[in-house]
Amino acid sequence: MAHLVEQLIYGLTVGSIYALIALGYTMVYGVMKLINFAHGELFTLGAYFGFVFLVTLNWGGFFGPAIAIGLTVILVSGLVAMAGHLLERVAYRPLRHSDRLAAVVSALGASIFLQNVIMVVWGSRYRAFNASLLPTVVWQVGGQNIPLIRLFVFLVAVAVMLGLYLFINRTRLGLAIRAAAIDQGAAKLMGVDVSRVIAVVFIIGPALGGLAGLLVGIYYGQINFNMGQIYGLKAFTAAVIGGIGNIPGAMIGGLVLGLLETLGDAYISGAWKDAIAFVALILILVFRPTGILRERVAEKL
Amino acid sequence: MTKKRKRLFRTLEILGPVLFFCLPFFLEEVDRGPYILDLLSMVGLYALLSLSLNVILGHAGMFHMGHAAFFAMGAYTTANLNLTYGWSIMATLPVAALTSGLMALVVAWPVIHLRGDYLLIVTIGIVEIVKIALTNDIFGLTGGPNGLISIARPSIFGFGITRPQHFFYLIWVMVGLTMILFYWLENSRFGRALKYIKEDTVAAEGMGINTTAYKLMAFIIGAAWAGMAGTIFASKMRTISPESFSFGESVTMFTIVILGGSGNQKGVILGSFLVMGLPELFRNFEDMRLLAFGAALVAMMIFRPQGLCPPKPSRYRLPSPYDSKYPGGGHC
Repeated sequence: MAHLVEQLIYGLTVGSIYALIALGYTMVYGVMKLINFAHGELFTLGAYFGFVFLVTLNWGGFFGPAIAIGLTVILVSGLVAMAGHLLERVAYRPLRHSDRLAAVVSALGASIFLQNVIMVVWGSRYRAFNASLLPTVVWQVGGQNIPLIRLFVFLVAVAVMLGLYLFINRTRLGLAIRAAAIDQGAAKLMGVDVSRVIAVVFIIGPALGGLAGLLVGIYYGQINFNMGQIYGLKAFTAAVIGGIGNIPGAMIGGLVLGLLETLGDAYISGAWKDAIAFVALILILVFRPTGILRERVAEKL
Repeated sequence: MTKKRKRLFRTLEILGPVLFFCLPFFLEEVDRGPYILDLLSMVGLYALLSLSLNVILGHAGMFHMGHAAFFAMGAYTTANLNLTYGWSIMATLPVAALTSGLMALVVAWPVIHLRGDYLLIVTIGIVEIVKIALTNDIFGLTGGPNGLISIARPSIFGFGITRPQHFFYLIWVMVGLTMILFYWLENSRFGRALKYIKEDTVAAEGMGINTTAYKLMAFIIGAAWAGMAGTIFASKMRTISPESFSFGESVTMFTIVILGGSGNQKGVILGSFLVMGLPELFRNFEDMRLLAFGAALVAMMIFRPQGLCPPKPSRYRLPSPYDSKYPGGGHC
């Protein structure tokens, strides 16, 4: 148990990344009742855009680390948001009034398409994300090692989530998003432009997902074209744990999943680490389908 | 004109399979014959898998994307029985069906009531867990990431199935039998119940159909069939490893059913040829083919969501009191 605090911090770091991705799933699900399978690929896209700016173009050497990171964060989020908006326009908007299965299959198709676009452009090998922007400082606090990079990832994620929380709860557009998530029809009658809400959701969600991809690249130092698949599934699990459709729920769910996974990795078995998330997903859907908060998922007859 | 066309289609429908079954005789002469036969066997194997998925996805309307898990169960059952206990491959066929069916029962029971896309996510979770279990050499039965090697070839009544054309016949005869069986199943009381569940679960429940039992049964039948496909796959490849049973394989089967026209056997066969066979023709564009495939799925859902070859709407004769087939006016 000597490294419990270390493990907890690690768990929170990974969890905050899951939470960032989960927000995209949960917002889209809330408004459109659609699982956006391509969200994991938008996350990968973010990682590769970051790779282009920080490694290929080596902005860290040009501008210095602080400005390079700031610029990259803004540009990556913006570019992935544009990709997300485009995705919604092409693959989801024409299907808004059709069958649920059609939309799900279209999402799957979009996911396969994007994954292979990334593979064609950047290749199928692992790419080293050696941007060495942050000094590899490790603090010693009471015998526990706390690397700077972990804190950095965690703090960036938390700051962004805090911003989103304020946006959702304090602005008119945030109110519109919440209203559309609760009851689309009623929101429409109250004068909410649901089309606009969907467009906004497909900008914010991918922006957060892309940012998460960038953080993963910086944190782990390597990226791969199909990493979005496993991160996507885990983030979706996080969204379900928190109660899908619920924005604070996704944040909590992400952190819970991150902690579960790292503790399981440390104290149960490393080889089965990835299975923990899926077992948690199944157990939650079977025993507490509403997650920590709201959304019924099982049919009651 | 339409009558003529109808007759033409009829002839083609009979002539097509006959010609197809003669194919190995012609292909023996051709330069790349064995390769083409192998490819056609693979198409057949996926047709078998997709026909079994069709019972779950097409007929019962359950979004099931973890079919590779049952496929794996069958393959690993066969491999273990063959390698450890020296069973012949064909003897393991029913056991593989049984274990896969049992697995489906255990796995599906708690989740069968979940709403469409949640079931989808859970089945994806199942297939990932199975893959992790296979990679971690669960119970020392799966050989870890390297898998199991040197599985025997099957033989039927002493006739060894070794050459590509043998496998071609074995697989496609199984496809044919499966089509006949599932056609019969589709038009039975069971099939009608599934159709009703797919169209309107609440109404079906209201008419006294035990929806949970029927859904579970569809799941078990589909899984058992996938298990048998696993047997054939294991003995055809002679080596199995976790990579052959990934989420991607599940997606492939799912796409075959959706693309072809879920619920229609002919559509599923067409889908198998398109998804498994067509990309082989474009081997030079290897990187681009999955890309095109994804784009095609999106386009398909926008312009023709029912699939290339959707099932015809079914017609039932109203029971009449004069019809001796339905004594008493009804049959429920």
